[in-house]
Amino acid sequence: MSEKLKTTNGGVGSFLLRIVRQQIFIPIAALLILVLFNLIMDPSFFKITLSTNSAGNPVFSGYLITILDNASELAILAIGMTLVTASSGGQDISVGSAIAIAGSVLLRVLCGTNSRPEVLQAPIIVAFLACCFVAMLFGGFNGILVAYFRIQPMVATLILYTAGRSIAAWINNNELPIISDPTFGYYGNFIPGIPVPTPIFIALACMIIIALVLKFTNLGLYAQAAGINAHSSRLNGINPEVIKLISYMILGICVGVAGFIKVTRFSTINYSVVAKDIEMDAILAVALGGNALSGGKFNMGASIFGAYVIQFLTTTLYKLNVTSTALPAYKAIVVIVLVVLSAPTVRAKLSVLWKKIAPKKDVKEASADAA
Amino acid sequence: MKKFFALLLALCMVLALCACGGKTETPAAPAAPAAPAEPAAPAAPAEPAAPAEPEATLIKVGIINNDPNESGYRTANDKDMKATFTEANGYEASFAYSLKNDEQIAAAQKFIQDEVDYLLLSAAGTAGWDSVLQDAQAAGIKVILFDRTIDADPSLYEASIVSDMAQEGNTAVAWLESQNLDVYNIVHIQGVMGSAAQIGRTGAVDEMVAAKDNWNLVTQQTAEWNAETAEQIVQAVIDSGKEFNVVYAENDDMAKGAVAALDKANISHGVDGDVIIMGFDCNHWALEELLAGNWNYDGQCNPFQASYIDTIIKDLENGIAPADKVVIMTEKGFDATTITQEDVDNYGI
Repeated sequence: MSEKLKTTNGGVGSFLLRIVRQQIFIPIAALLILVLFNLIMDPSFFKITLSTNSAGNPVFSGYLITILDNASELAILAIGMTLVTASSGGQDISVGSAIAIAGSVLLRVLCGTNSRPEVLQAPIIVAFLACCFVAMLFGGFNGILVAYFRIQPMVATLILYTAGRSIAAWINNNELPIISDPTFGYYGNFIPGIPVPTPIFIALACMIIIALVLKFTNLGLYAQAAGINAHSSRLNGINPEVIKLISYMILGICVGVAGFIKVTRFSTINYSVVAKDIEMDAILAVALGGNALSGGKFNMGASIFGAYVIQFLTTTLYKLNVTSTALPAYKAIVVIVLVVLSAPTVRAKLSVLWKKIAPKKDVKEASADAA
Repeated sequence: MKKFFALLLALCMVLALCACGGKTETPAAPAAPAAPAEPAAPAAPAEPAAPAEPEATLIKVGIINNDPNESGYRTANDKDMKATFTEANGYEASFAYSLKNDEQIAAAQKFIQDEVDYLLLSAAGTAGWDSVLQDAQAAGIKVILFDRTIDADPSLYEASIVSDMAQEGNTAVAWLESQNLDVYNIVHIQGVMGSAAQIGRTGAVDEMVAAKDNWNLVTQQTAEWNAETAEQIVQAVIDSGKEFNVVYAENDDMAKGAVAALDKANISHGVDGDVIIMGFDCNHWALEELLAGNWNYDGQCNPFQASYIDTIIKDLENGIAPADKVVIMTEKGFDATTITQEDVDNYGI
């Protein structure tokens, strides 16, 4: 009996150890803690109800749906940010401003010169592609600065970070266009008859695409190689400059998609506040995923998970009704704990500590058995 | 390594300059179509024109404002300035824009050298203006502040024309009280914490909630002027199942976000709806929402200071000093049941 117990204990122990060593463990553990916390505070947190919205269409509602919905843009950005971080060893801080530009382009194509169009001037898909293309160009601009001019990513992207929102305003002649066509709003809200918010599908599509790209191309491997040691990757026949440029352009496309969702949510844009500070959350998602911000190896799934953890935290804090002035402080505390725990050095120390504790237990149990 | 670091720093500075260049340049571009009759270029071309001008009646004003891209409020403010200070109205106006105090001070010094008659100033920061305003005074230039006050001796300026944000809040809360609801369960969405608009508009609500038993705050959160954050906050309240009948959003964007959340949950709002929607700033589209009965109230934050300044300058020219140093603009609140299309056209920004 005791023999059996011990072996299962050992099995569980090594199983746990294996899990803990996984990079994705920290964001999952953080999520589980948040889930548990909410479950204790209020079990109805996880209730999902099917109701109708004011247009008479069925929609799912509940905290979980809200979280999945609102984390979409962040999850999409986390994809690009992970690649950029891995390949260039730095982060793009201009994604918020670039979203303003992408959204502005989208509206400009749809509205033409009239800021309150009765009919759309172009099909939505054309506008969407134009917005992704422009965002990709701006990503490419950052990429060239980083890859070929060897400018620190944060400094290189600072240019767009400062100028982006003014450029966005300039694209639309400083007008704030509003689109009245209801089909435009489908992409940021609900498609009639489908009760799940559309951004969830868009985010899912992006994840599937990047998963396929990473599986069937060498992009992931090359990005890691360029990030770990650009010199030796060049010796192995990889051109690190091109890889960096490509990863910035992919982030650009992600920005375009995220901008599309942001604009379709309200069918309008506000250049000065749209996607404000989202770059910090995107970087945080990468860090929460346990990826080294200095580049090299990365785990895409963990980053995306990190994005959802951030949104879960935000929604939890709104639900708890924390006072406005204290909100950033609460968020900061949770973030510090998570980031410190997911830092590679801390994790290495912890696993050493774990090893020290774990065999001791075995020995103790064995001696107890013997007695 | 040191060399590399030095190079990096140098690059930083150059790039930062580039970035600044991009930023200060862009406002000029949208400014041009805003008022095609007005030469966008500041004093430089105006100066040679001045001696050639046969009539000496034109009043030279130098206007220092914030970046018109900053917000819809600022865009409207800039358009208003451009529309008022025209040659037809007897002015020769030069404009300078910046969100940075030091750049604004440099622009002020330039205007002093250009010997403008009046310096109109919406300061980016409150501090650091004393010496340049003393220079202006020594040069006989009269200074009028608009929109924002500064920390300087009041003797250094003729007048300051400002909004009273607390008054805006009080007007809105007084309107809400006049609705005579049995109980007020308020979802209060705040602006960026610490901004003048947030402090003023929050203060009125807080006072009322503290004073009255049937006024309750269901939630009080900052959405930082962001529609999407506001939607999330209201969504969280709806998901929690708490009852509320008032959404008090401190600007129009956030009210819009709140309404989006209500629409998703099929909660009626506006005139004859279950939830009263209140916003601020009187954006054109927001007033249209009011007109359509989707919202209930919108409080004005008046960006149209130009006519006040115009009156003060004309008085000063005739030797009449302004009665009050601080002029507080009248600001309206619009009720969905009484608003007209005329109001939308006149007051929408």
